Amino acid sequence: MGMNMTEKILARGAGRESVRPGDLLLAKVDFAMGHDLTIPPASKIMREQMGATKVWDPERLAVVQDHFQPAKDTASAALGKTTRDWAREMGIKWYFEVGDGGICHTVLPERGLVLPGELIVGADSHSCTYGALNNFATGVGSTDLACVLSLGELWFRVPETLKFVYHNRLREWVEAKDLILRVIGELTVDGARSKAMEHTGEALKHIDMEGRLTMTNMAIEAGAKNGIMEYDEVTEAFLKDIAKRPYTPVSSDPDAQYEKVFEFDAEKVELSVAKPMSPDAYAPLSEVAGVKLDQVFIGSCTNSRIGDLRRAAAVLKGRRVHPQTRLLITPSSTETARMAEREGLLRIFYDAGASWTVSTCGACLGGHMGVLGEGETCLSTTNRNFPGRMGHPKALVYLSNPVVAAASAIAGEIIHPAEIMKREPIAV
Amino acid sequence: MTAPLVLRGNTWKFGDNVDTDQIIPARYAIYSLDEKKLGEHAMEDVPDNEGWSKKVTAGDILVAGSNFGCGSSREIAPVAIRSAGISAVIADSFARIFFRNSINIGFPILQSPQAAEAIREGDQLEVDLEEGVIKNLTQGDEYQAEAFPEFMTELIHMGGLAPWVRKRLEEKRAAGLLR
Repeated sequence: MGMNMTEKILARGAGRESVRPGDLLLAKVDFAMGHDLTIPPASKIMREQMGATKVWDPERLAVVQDHFQPAKDTASAALGKTTRDWAREMGIKWYFEVGDGGICHTVLPERGLVLPGELIVGADSHSCTYGALNNFATGVGSTDLACVLSLGELWFRVPETLKFVYHNRLREWVEAKDLILRVIGELTVDGARSKAMEHTGEALKHIDMEGRLTMTNMAIEAGAKNGIMEYDEVTEAFLKDIAKRPYTPVSSDPDAQYEKVFEFDAEKVELSVAKPMSPDAYAPLSEVAGVKLDQVFIGSCTNSRIGDLRRAAAVLKGRRVHPQTRLLITPSSTETARMAEREGLLRIFYDAGASWTVSTCGACLGGHMGVLGEGETCLSTTNRNFPGRMGHPKALVYLSNPVVAAASAIAGEIIHPAEIMKREPIAV
Repeated sequence: MTAPLVLRGNTWKFGDNVDTDQIIPARYAIYSLDEKKLGEHAMEDVPDNEGWSKKVTAGDILVAGSNFGCGSSREIAPVAIRSAGISAVIADSFARIFFRNSINIGFPILQSPQAAEAIREGDQLEVDLEEGVIKNLTQGDEYQAEAFPEFMTELIHMGGLAPWVRKRLEEKRAAGLLR
């Protein structure tokens, strides 16, 4: 019987001919990732509880300073220092200091560190992002990461796989973010719990790698173990010249098994939001148009790559953020920031009255640089909006794509970007 | 096994899809190595649940609905709940990473839709971890938790993943397989 991509990667990792959903395996890990919140506990568990003195392979681990860095207080400074000292002591090859990397889930793909056919774990729930590059990637906790650091292997349960087929093409203004919000709205935050999400279909051919990463990034919001996509010309072009290792793509067999197949007509997907306070609280944009906004946040590993910023800038150019609203823009990586600067996007953002920050997870997790207060309403391009995620548990967070976010910052309320584009730009 | 085999405690009841940002908000993640502090803030961002951890008596049992612990990968979620004094979590279902993290740190969790539905806040429970039997002493009822696969039972018996890794490392060292 045939296997799908997820099963093939897990079978190879475990050194087995074939695997079935439900099998428990001990599998070799090709690449791992930890950051300033997860390396400190993982390194401590590795040393004190597991008795390991060195990392299984210092060339197969990335350590990224992104969650609370640059440090916001002495406690986060201590975590940053622990992470830094440990990475140095272990000789970690892919260590990304503040100002060098950015947000882990953008940095690893853009540096060609997570590749087709590989088995990857990250001590962060959004590690599922990498699956857009045709690999099995999943988020784990600190003890799991410590196990990988010590042994280079980890136990896995082979997941059941849900297959998604996207027909036709997304319409004007509608993005990968809208599509995945729609999918999660249908699945619910529990709908893919512990399962694999395999995304396929005609619509994906027209979605670039950034959009694909947005989609796999949010697999965890449906509870999934991983999100995975096929290898195609887009993948090949993205990895050309940047892949750090040779790689072997995988594809699903024609007779591969799926627990369920979902079909979506991409052409019928509308601009979408997730309403407070859950990523599955789907609504078409039209239903929430007019909601007044205190803050708009364009940032995170979901939607602040260079294409996202370019599209946001196209709306903001020559326009001003509404006086009762603030707009924060946090680039997804230092490389993204560099490109934005080179292309003149920063000037557009500053002229519009937006604030521009260093690349960090920051406001997405209510960490720093944009924490919401009680009763405030925010439209955010991030991935989750559970109570308290971005600050006070009684702050209200809506999720959208970055163009809707930029347009809504100008209007001071949730709005269709086409409405803003109808207005004459003001001279700045 | 590190935890006692039979637990007895009163119930704290929560709903479906309680995510890790509600269990332990990210603003406390900077105290990830301070278990006491984490315990003080456990379940703090569940709406209208401020001050919860002060009301917990050591040994109490948390009962929740489906997909408990969804969201982030933070292992401090089960750590915070344990540190607040909770001896075990019973749920209709667990989110994947919370499930793994709990097993890995040797924190008892039991999956039983029947128990999650029937148990009410304040009910006194007796939980036999070995047999997976949950007795509701208040209602005079009994529920069976779902059995774990053999490997997970082995991990639970060893007290979590760390002792298992330690053993495997020693075996590899002895066999000359480590770099």
